Amino acid sequence: MKLHQLTAHEARELLRAGEISSLELTRALLERTERIDEAVRAYLIVFPEQALVDAERADQQRREDGDAGLPLLGLPVAVKDVICVSGAPTTCGSRILEGFCPPYDATVIRKLRAAGAVLTGKTNLDEFAMGSSTENSGYFTTHNPWDLSRVPGGSSGGSAAAVAAEMVPLALGSDTGGSVRQPASLCGVVGLKPSYGRVSRYGLVAYASSLDQIGTLARDVTDAALLLSVISGHDPCDSTSMPLGVPDYSVSLVPNLKGMRIGIAREYMSDGAQPAVLHAVQAAIEQLSELGAEILEISLPHTEYALPTYYLVAPAECSANLARFDGVRYGLRVLDAPDIWETYRETRERGFGPEVKRRIMLGTFALSAGYYDAFYLKAQKVRTLIKQDFDQAFEQVDVIVGPTSPTTAFEIGERIDDPLQMYLSDVYTLSCNLAGICGLSLPCGFGDGLPIGLQVQGPAFREESIIRVAYAYEQATPWHCQHPTVDGSG
Amino acid sequence: MRLTRDQVLHVAELAKLKLTDAEVDLFQEQLSAILEYAHRLEELDTESIPPTAGVLPLRNVMRPDQVRPSYPRQTMLENAPDTEDGFVRVKAVLDADELAR
Repeated sequence: MKLHQLTAHEARELLRAGEISSLELTRALLERTERIDEAVRAYLIVFPEQALVDAERADQQRREDGDAGLPLLGLPVAVKDVICVSGAPTTCGSRILEGFCPPYDATVIRKLRAAGAVLTGKTNLDEFAMGSSTENSGYFTTHNPWDLSRVPGGSSGGSAAAVAAEMVPLALGSDTGGSVRQPASLCGVVGLKPSYGRVSRYGLVAYASSLDQIGTLARDVTDAALLLSVISGHDPCDSTSMPLGVPDYSVSLVPNLKGMRIGIAREYMSDGAQPAVLHAVQAAIEQLSELGAEILEISLPHTEYALPTYYLVAPAECSANLARFDGVRYGLRVLDAPDIWETYRETRERGFGPEVKRRIMLGTFALSAGYYDAFYLKAQKVRTLIKQDFDQAFEQVDVIVGPTSPTTAFEIGERIDDPLQMYLSDVYTLSCNLAGICGLSLPCGFGDGLPIGLQVQGPAFREESIIRVAYAYEQATPWHCQHPTVDGSG
Repeated sequence: MRLTRDQVLHVAELAKLKLTDAEVDLFQEQLSAILEYAHRLEELDTESIPPTAGVLPLRNVMRPDQVRPSYPRQTMLENAPDTEDGFVRVKAVLDADELAR
């Protein structure tokens, strides 16, 4: 048995049976990280000492009380470095926050700790979660475990790569326009973006507040459902978290799709995607039909407008949110500026990378006098049309299935000089955030040895539906059992 | 839509970004291309469509107005680049002439 290959639910069974300890599991994962992360570069910081202390404490607790109803007792979890962990650095992948240590835990971290999880470290990302490749990180680029010359996707590329490379079974990411699902697709893991309002954003550093949502990365659907059930729920500290109960997502883990209606949007099956991607998705649809689902063709007519809408709404919100990084209360301050205004300008010029500046500029322009109506307000109105497309579709179907990303993982450097080309990486994932619905990506095949992702989208607060479809498909296919060979030994 | 160099500089000043000359040139090109792409939204008639700022049915979420424990001042100041006597220290916001008037 290779400890690093265990999913969280498999490890949990072995922990319960007393066949392994959390200390053994955590140590094995930390040793593997030590050995291979020089090549993958998934983590910005690892917590080896604290993780071992926490693992030992979990083992002790288990000896005394069993798991006492703690769903993640002794299970390692990595955290995207845009989520605050008390006392540990939170950089958001930006030089402007170098050295910043938040004095508090995000709500999701508080919930992970309460569930008994062992935090292994903070993972790399595109600066402030803006990007689709982790190449916008202010520190370094993460490499795809399936081919180290390629990107892992982004912005949660560090979390996806850490899970894919079996350095950790579970990780948190954040998804504003596809930042959990697209790297999951490119790294061959499961990435789930919950409905807007399902998971508290308290302690998640804001990028675009009406779109941001914390999500989960895991190697199978059972683990994604397990982690989601821990982090979900209303939080008085986040006024945009919905006061709703959290369903038992494990109930949705059934191996057939009888009675499920699955929509195929013709707009997602266009020739904009690579042939290998379309081929894999077509085969997946046939599989879903064999599992008992009814397949219906639907239309989401405003799909092509999601990209321009997103790239006005998200930058506008980002330009307001990132105004707080001015060198006054935390992070970088350029000290040799002659006055306060020059301190702001110099600090922001030196602290932010090119993509963050680009989006701040774009958003500031879209909100500026004379252009607000033509750009920002227009985008908000088209956002209504995009949301209405989904409302109408979900009157006919339970979920919508299609590709997650139009391509498999691309080469490092291939798109970095062409922002529009990079933005197209998220063409199938953006509208989910604009509409506030839930979506996940799971492996559905390979093209030239690189993973392909199937996206399953469901109505707001119906995560049960996407989990059910994904689980039945996963159990009927071999894709989630493949392992990348990062260190030659698998 | 094609942005002029002056427009780029104006937006940079609104955003308090001190761009290098090379960045001004680059952003003039790139932002123009992105805005050109965004112009395809004009194809849609949205005259009677209300805007969506957020997707949730929640409005004005309130909590009881009760005193709650907060973080110690010293803890919150630990991340500040420059402090003095329990305050964050910055360069003068108003200049002496302005204050005299």
